[in-house]
Amino acid sequence: MQTDRIATLILDDGTTFRGYSFGYEKPVAGEVVFNTAMTGYPESLTDPSYAGQLMVLTYPLIGNYGVPPRTFQPNGLSTFMESEKIHAEAIIISDYSREYSHWNAQCSLGDWLKEEHIPGIYGIDTRALTKKLREHGVMMGRIEIEGMDNGELTMDNYGEVNYVDKVSCKDILVYSGEESHSFGIDTPAETLNSQLSILNCQLKKKVVLLDCGVKHNIIRSLLKRNLMVVRVPWNYDFNHLDYDGLFLSNGPGDPDTCDAAVQNIRKALAGDRPICGICMGNQLLAKAGGASIYKLKYGHRSHNQPVRMVGSEHCFITSQNHGYAVDSETLGADWEPLFINMNDGTNEGIRHKTKPFFSSQFHPEACSGPTDTDFMFDRFAKLL
Amino acid sequence: MKDEIKKVLILGSGALKIGEAGEFDYSGSQALKAIREEGIQTVLINPNIATVQTSEGVADTVYFLPVTPFFVEKVIAKERPDGILLAFGGQTALNCGVALYQSGVLEKYNVRVLGTPVQAIMDTEDRELFVKKLDEIQVKTIKSEAVENIADARRAAAELGYPVIIRAAYALGGLGSGFCDNEEELNVLAEKAFSFSPQVLVEKSLKGWKEVEYEVVRDRFDNCITVCNMENFDPLGIHTGESIVIAPSQTLSNTDYHKLRELAIRIIRHIGIVGECNVQYAYDPESEDYRVIEVNARLSRSSALASKATGYPLAFVAAKLGLGYGLFDLKNSVTKTTSAFFEPALDYVVCKIPRWDLGKFHGVDRELGSSMKSVGEVMAIGRTFEEAIQKGLRMIGQGMHGFVENKELVIPDIDKALREPTDRRIFVISKAFRAGYTIDQIHELTKIDRWFLQKLYNIINTANELEACSKIQEISDELMRRAKVQGFSDFQIARAIYKEKMEDAERASLQVRQDRKYRGITPVVKQIDTLAAEYPAQTNYLYLTYSGTENDVTYLGDHRSIVVLGSGAYRIGSSVEFDWCGVQALNTIRKEGWRSVMINYNPETVSTDYDMCDRLYFDELTFERVMDILELENPHGVIVSTGGQIPNNLAMRLDEQHVNILGTTAKSIDNAEDREKFSAMLDRIGVDQPRWKELSSMEDINEFVQEVGFPVLVRPSYVLSGAAMNVCSNQEELERFLRLAANVSKKHPVVVSQFIEHSKEVEMDAVADKGEIIMYAISEHIEFAGVHSGDATIQFPAQKLYVETVRRIKRISRQIAKELNISGPFNIQYLAKGNEIKVIECNLRASRSFPFVSKVLKINFIELATRIMLGLPVEKPHKNEFDLDYVGIKASQFSFNRLQKADPVLGVDMTSTGEVGCIGDDVSEAILKSMLSVGLRIPEKNILLSTGSAKQKVAMLDAARLLADKGYNLYATGGTHRFLQENGIPSTLVYWPSEEGMEPQALKMLHERKIDMVVNIPRDLSAGELTNGYKIRRAAIDLNIPLITNARLASAFIKAFCTLTMDDIQIKSWNEYK
Repeated sequence: MQTDRIATLILDDGTTFRGYSFGYEKPVAGEVVFNTAMTGYPESLTDPSYAGQLMVLTYPLIGNYGVPPRTFQPNGLSTFMESEKIHAEAIIISDYSREYSHWNAQCSLGDWLKEEHIPGIYGIDTRALTKKLREHGVMMGRIEIEGMDNGELTMDNYGEVNYVDKVSCKDILVYSGEESHSFGIDTPAETLNSQLSILNCQLKKKVVLLDCGVKHNIIRSLLKRNLMVVRVPWNYDFNHLDYDGLFLSNGPGDPDTCDAAVQNIRKALAGDRPICGICMGNQLLAKAGGASIYKLKYGHRSHNQPVRMVGSEHCFITSQNHGYAVDSETLGADWEPLFINMNDGTNEGIRHKTKPFFSSQFHPEACSGPTDTDFMFDRFAKLL
Repeated sequence: MKDEIKKVLILGSGALKIGEAGEFDYSGSQALKAIREEGIQTVLINPNIATVQTSEGVADTVYFLPVTPFFVEKVIAKERPDGILLAFGGQTALNCGVALYQSGVLEKYNVRVLGTPVQAIMDTEDRELFVKKLDEIQVKTIKSEAVENIADARRAAAELGYPVIIRAAYALGGLGSGFCDNEEELNVLAEKAFSFSPQVLVEKSLKGWKEVEYEVVRDRFDNCITVCNMENFDPLGIHTGESIVIAPSQTLSNTDYHKLRELAIRIIRHIGIVGECNVQYAYDPESEDYRVIEVNARLSRSSALASKATGYPLAFVAAKLGLGYGLFDLKNSVTKTTSAFFEPALDYVVCKIPRWDLGKFHGVDRELGSSMKSVGEVMAIGRTFEEAIQKGLRMIGQGMHGFVENKELVIPDIDKALREPTDRRIFVISKAFRAGYTIDQIHELTKIDRWFLQKLYNIINTANELEACSKIQEISDELMRRAKVQGFSDFQIARAIYKEKMEDAERASLQVRQDRKYRGITPVVKQIDTLAAEYPAQTNYLYLTYSGTENDVTYLGDHRSIVVLGSGAYRIGSSVEFDWCGVQALNTIRKEGWRSVMINYNPETVSTDYDMCDRLYFDELTFERVMDILELENPHGVIVSTGGQIPNNLAMRLDEQHVNILGTTAKSIDNAEDREKFSAMLDRIGVDQPRWKELSSMEDINEFVQEVGFPVLVRPSYVLSGAAMNVCSNQEELERFLRLAANVSKKHPVVVSQFIEHSKEVEMDAVADKGEIIMYAISEHIEFAGVHSGDATIQFPAQKLYVETVRRIKRISRQIAKELNISGPFNIQYLAKGNEIKVIECNLRASRSFPFVSKVLKINFIELATRIMLGLPVEKPHKNEFDLDYVGIKASQFSFNRLQKADPVLGVDMTSTGEVGCIGDDVSEAILKSMLSVGLRIPEKNILLSTGSAKQKVAMLDAARLLADKGYNLYATGGTHRFLQENGIPSTLVYWPSEEGMEPQALKMLHERKIDMVVNIPRDLSAGELTNGYKIRRAAIDLNIPLITNARLASAFIKAFCTLTMDDIQIKSWNEYK
């Protein structure tokens, strides 16, 4: 019966975990991180913030509801996923459901992984692995498949790679309702601005979305509020564009590798147009405001992170996926924490004391995870 | 707010009944703990004396009184509490609270309802209000029409289109509800539903949709969390209490999960819950369409399950929120450092399986539907679905070993059995797979989601691979490990390889065990920590799994722990009383400086609350699993005598493995359990017993009966159908019973015992130390022998025994204790006729009545017994039962109203689902309190009497006269009418159902609600199913009219309410009986 090949996860400290392969069979390396969410593997796998990481799911039964169709809306956004492809380097689980059952499923998780050349291992004591990562902090690791030439995998140090550059868009993409248009980054500002106003015959508010690896549901959430979204590459200087508000997206890796973005945001801070950020966006906004960022021991990756709005009795359950955090102590005099994590007291968002600038470390767009903080988009839209 | 509250009243749920069981002992106990630690005084009303919440040190003041508006008002008037909690005592407490609110009592005494406001409760309870409320926020409900008569019900059903579901408003967990495919069925069901409620709901049925529940918490600052979601294995159409339930949901995608979560939060906010509630959904398996089925604005069975499934103490938190705290004020009680405002992340799956006892009832309908029939449940934890469900199927304790490798079921029509689910549905699926049915075929017939069936099919595949081997050595390491990961027990593996050739199952299983241990295939221990290991947690809440390579806990090996084996699923005959015993044992162990360890798997219990002990293994009580744990834990010893029969049965096998069993030795336990050995011992020490013989042919049986005479008690060793035991009064009954119920043969002998009529039954509950009795309690049944001791009404101290009888009972008990060298708890049951004493049974463990006698006497028998088992010195308490100036009555709660078609008659097999215990200044007062506590009402005017045989008619004569003198109108059937006439008692003749055309008809009078109480004594003890008597009894149950079927109990109750009024009943707390 058992025909799956043996696959082994080898952590940087030499610990090995033996399981079986159920995805694409190739050796792979990356930062090993754990996620405690109990649903949402298609969304997580396609979340660009997982670029460069081997994703461990602590919930043991995975694959149950298969994988939804990989279709796209007319505007190019994925119908059910968070981007065009799987960004995680591999997925590590305990019990794999080869058979699946859901009305909206098109194939099994294993088949999808194979198609996108992503390894998957099951049969791992993911709880023991998680405890290891919790005690030691996140570690680099590699997966080797038995009976294959696993070669000498070159492992870049996760923190030194600019993953944002790898996952950000290369062109300027303009979304409005069901439509989308693409412009080259070297399109002159004037041409671009006039094109935008031609496209915007409905006179929607224009939001520049700085794409550091944006999840499609952030774009959907903005479009749902009847906004025009101008998605630009992470290092694009958007300050010459006509826009009503700036949105800073999530993204993978170390925010310190994104200095170009920080410089551009800092310019925007001189003005008064509303700015909102999510996750990496929170960190970039904080950096632009003068704060510093540090790496958490093992990050927050789950659907159950409690945050409290500072100075209030309002608490929210949030979806999170980050390995770095803003050091609240280093916030400039004009800034203050907006949310804090109720478990470990880390920063979960900041705001400017006088200007309409605010951001969250968590993911109000959810997908996957709880939808309690969807109001962040409403607040942003209302400010425009 | 909490600063203004000095005293809080909390309402319990009363006796355990189908639909309202031990879960409310758990939630009430948690609430009491949460409130007491604030320094607030607590007053508890709950007549259920066997609960942990009514034990010393849990509430400040306890009233063993009925949870009804009448009594609660009196307690309020006396105690003057500042606040009241309504959400912790099930539907009973909720209904009572709403009534007190509506009648203005709460306002009159200025009692504040803590937590969810009463208006919000009413918005969820009244169907029309509920639908309106949810319409306001565009949330879809199952549209139903509330009707107040049958004609309107018919019209509504025709408009909605069949199939429809009928529900009685304001009813306990689906009471008086059901599906109707046509008008004929509707007529029957609607009438029944109207007997429970003036309002009946007719709605469209969504059979086949998924059923999903969310447990939601909200604080007064509007912060909300969903602690857990759960998915039913069985689709909509089967009551959630009857369904296998999985947590978290397995077949919902992220979109599905969060759509329903978002709705749940929107609902709880709009309704305005403060505390906890659950939201039940029907969810379309083919789209994202949904309907809200209902919202329970209180702690529930599901919330208890969710607490155990996640480690999140819902009741504790809900009580704190009721006092005005915000969720952000509270800590996660598992990690102790992170916030209580969070949603647990599970890294395992749990599976709840209901436990039914339908075999105990004559004529009961076995089909599962929208009304609950199960009497208990188990929760199994695993890291694969296969592991969890196979564990669970062993835990329900009905002789099954898992999903496969069971005794072959005889299913004549598999299609029908799949389509029309009964309590054996899951095993029918197993059988269907073996018969070649595909997943799709089974899905079509059952509508169970394919995912569950796929997982079950994995088990079948593995079984097939195992069965292809004929020696252990042929099983590959990979297969062996996979089988264990999928939850196969050593027994199942042994059965798969040896098949019918397996003679010594215990030895074969042990061989498998040794072999796999040699291969290094052993389970690991994992913690339930609420956060999937994200934060360190020092939790002691544990389970075992084969999906893992590393233990979460370290073992000290210092032999300073004591393992207490729990009592497993609640069932008829073993319920909350053994949970009380287990908890007392744990408390004593801790108090004496040892580490306490509990093994149990019942989510409705307090013993499985992880802060009751130093380590909780939420796992199986099989020999295999207990040994796994003992090998890791290396305890000083194991206590098997406080958890009822399940641990008791393990004693011998554990002893063979050199486990240190504390207290009475396994050999002595065996000597008492083994009928032959015990009987020989009684003969040896000159103690009398009813004559009995194990017989294997009709001739031998006849010969024995000739010697001892009728009636006889017959106990088959293999039961074909119906109850396991029966009393036969004549040759015809004997032959019919043996022919229908038992298959007498060499392989399946029957035990026939002499049955002594009109004999008193006496119980001796005691604790001994090295053969010497340290403490005892003698109690007396009100009913004569023939009613199972678990169904009987028990008075303690005994009120009407001869001094000589008591002396003899004490002497015999001393002899037995000495002979078996008992150290620990034990119970002996006696027959007493005149001064003749016979022993009927002896159990070297705590019995059902231990909490009752302990609380009436105010001496904790289990604490004493545990101290003895720990080898500590004990002194004989100075107090004894003869010093008491009051009397306790333990009365039984029956749930016949849930068990359609079952004959509500008492016999030698137990049928009650719960009990109460009330204390009074005399027997009548205690009887009245206890009978009102189990749901009887003092009749207003009209009483229907059919008083059985001549002897029973005589026994009832005084009571009948009392009724007549008191001005009651008596209605009597033929024989009873004549007898009353002869004795000068006026009565109106009414006719049996068989006397067609004659008026007035007894049944018609019942249906017209002209009768307030029915006393119907069956003529003999082997009740035929379609007799006149059955029809009357069943009608009384279905129409919710108080029914008594025993002459002595009826007499006692009648005497009580004829000599005392409701206002004569003393409102005295437990403390006030000194």
